[in-house]
Amino acid sequence: MLLDFSPAEWQAIALSIKVSFVATLFSLPLALTAAYALARWDFFGKQFLNGLVHLPLVLPPVVTGYVLLVVFGTRGPVGAFLQDWGLVFAFRWTGAALAAAIMAFPLMVRAIRLSLEAVDPKLEQAGATLGASPVWIFLTITLPLSVPGILAGTVLGFAKSLGEFGATITFVSAIPGQTQTVPSAIYALLQVPGQEDAALRLVLVSVVLAMGALLLSEVLARRTMKRMTGV
Amino acid sequence: MSLSISIQHSFDGFALDVSFEAPKGLTVLYGRSGSGKSTIINAVAGLMRPDNAKISIDEQVLQDSGAGIFMPAYKRKLGYIFQDSRLFPHLTVARNLEYGERAAKRSMDKAQRERVIEMLGIGNLLDRRPLGLSGGEKQRVAIGRALLADPQLILADEPLASLDAARKAEILPYFERIRDETGIPIIYVSHSANEVARLATTVVALEAGKVLRKGPALDVLADPTTMPMGVGQVGAVLNVRIRAHHQDGLTELDASGDSYFLPHVTANIGTNLRVRLPASDVMLATTRPSGLSALNIVAGRVEAVQHTGASSAIVTVSTRAGAVLARVTRRSVAAMALDVGVPCFAIVKTVAIASDT
Repeated sequence: MLLDFSPAEWQAIALSIKVSFVATLFSLPLALTAAYALARWDFFGKQFLNGLVHLPLVLPPVVTGYVLLVVFGTRGPVGAFLQDWGLVFAFRWTGAALAAAIMAFPLMVRAIRLSLEAVDPKLEQAGATLGASPVWIFLTITLPLSVPGILAGTVLGFAKSLGEFGATITFVSAIPGQTQTVPSAIYALLQVPGQEDAALRLVLVSVVLAMGALLLSEVLARRTMKRMTGV
Repeated sequence: MSLSISIQHSFDGFALDVSFEAPKGLTVLYGRSGSGKSTIINAVAGLMRPDNAKISIDEQVLQDSGAGIFMPAYKRKLGYIFQDSRLFPHLTVARNLEYGERAAKRSMDKAQRERVIEMLGIGNLLDRRPLGLSGGEKQRVAIGRALLADPQLILADEPLASLDAARKAEILPYFERIRDETGIPIIYVSHSANEVARLATTVVALEAGKVLRKGPALDVLADPTTMPMGVGQVGAVLNVRIRAHHQDGLTELDASGDSYFLPHVTANIGTNLRVRLPASDVMLATTRPSGLSALNIVAGRVEAVQHTGASSAIVTVSTRAGAVLARVTRRSVAAMALDVGVPCFAIVKTVAIASDT
């Protein structure tokens, strides 16, 4: 039976969803901040920040994974420091989430930045003349008006996290039950003859998850648009 | 309550250097686009920060570059009515109206809210979104939103410019009511002589970043040297009272003893009005003309002659009701010997109602 998942396959699917969820949850506020800074502020080093944000998009994923290993590994400068606080990334699912978050980050920032830039600053000015502080303006005007873009960015980030492979396998390897997500499970299955059925099952799961995420974002974006403008 | 403004600012080869007071009532910043009027209003709002400025409302300093004071826009307690309404598209009309109050975390003065909604006739729009509203409706909501922010000063940047004539006529009376009923000082940017004649208590005429003339509306409008919008827009404004409605459909106006006639005005006898007499629709004669179809002929004396071009001039004629301006050719001025003090008659072809006063 094609859709008869083994416990190991379920484990990979559940882990992928957990990793992607955590990765998206933690990178969203940072992506929002970075997108806002890039869209609205002029500051020294803006181009550098822009480059840094986009780096994971253009670097070979294996390089990103290597950098993560060096920096966040147990003997890496940040990794060693965080280990003292009880947070370990290397060869743990948290590391898979970190790798996914970093790889998804540029996609989220891009989508959110576009939607923030589409908000008319004249509306924010109008808010200021009515007595709204900058924080209040952001919460009541800028943020609600960019919700469709933020949703799109979030779903895009989630889908990217689900599919992350290169950086993840370099940084945390593919330990079943610990760091073996759906893509690395597919890769592992393809290395062994006779496992094509299992690989196909996971491929189908990937397709369904990705399509579902895209459709969900489309529906949500339409709904918020309708709620906001009444058309 | 009075607003005191002094701004020096330069950008893109344009230098703004103005200084004036805006007393109680409605002050119109009058001039062409590029004269600096929008820069001034945005500086007062705190939306732009001029190089050097001192702006204060009574004792409260909004900006003083010398002392390093710059109060951010949101602390200035303003109501800014923009040309393009700038309603929040994601909020209903009701939420737009409440925005200022929620932002300032004030509790709503229900009676005030009801009064504003009723005055502007927007009670039936409260649940709608701005996108579905007409231009006139949007602007009425924008006025309501500004009023309900509990402002100490109202700013309006060409609030009628994007509306057609019918919508303009719909919105204008609201500004008169705000001016007369609320007592909140209003700074109103315009390039329309008609709006100025109708609304202004005080006029600040601007040209290329300088104040050309400032003072009470009637004085400034009657001064032919004040032509920020070009000589075509010059015209005297007179305070008149309706004297009688005649059988033949004409209404007779009393201007301090002089009579003006115009087609029926729907207002009661005794009502005070402001009328505008465009200078290009006024002719002059040195003897009382007869056999002329024009009804409005008033006697006066030449008070000043101002050359406005190679061939044209504006003649100021002082009549019983005040100065009347006539746009004539320099050839006529010479041929008729229209020197200061010469008695003459002004033949007024157009009398336009400007407003109730």
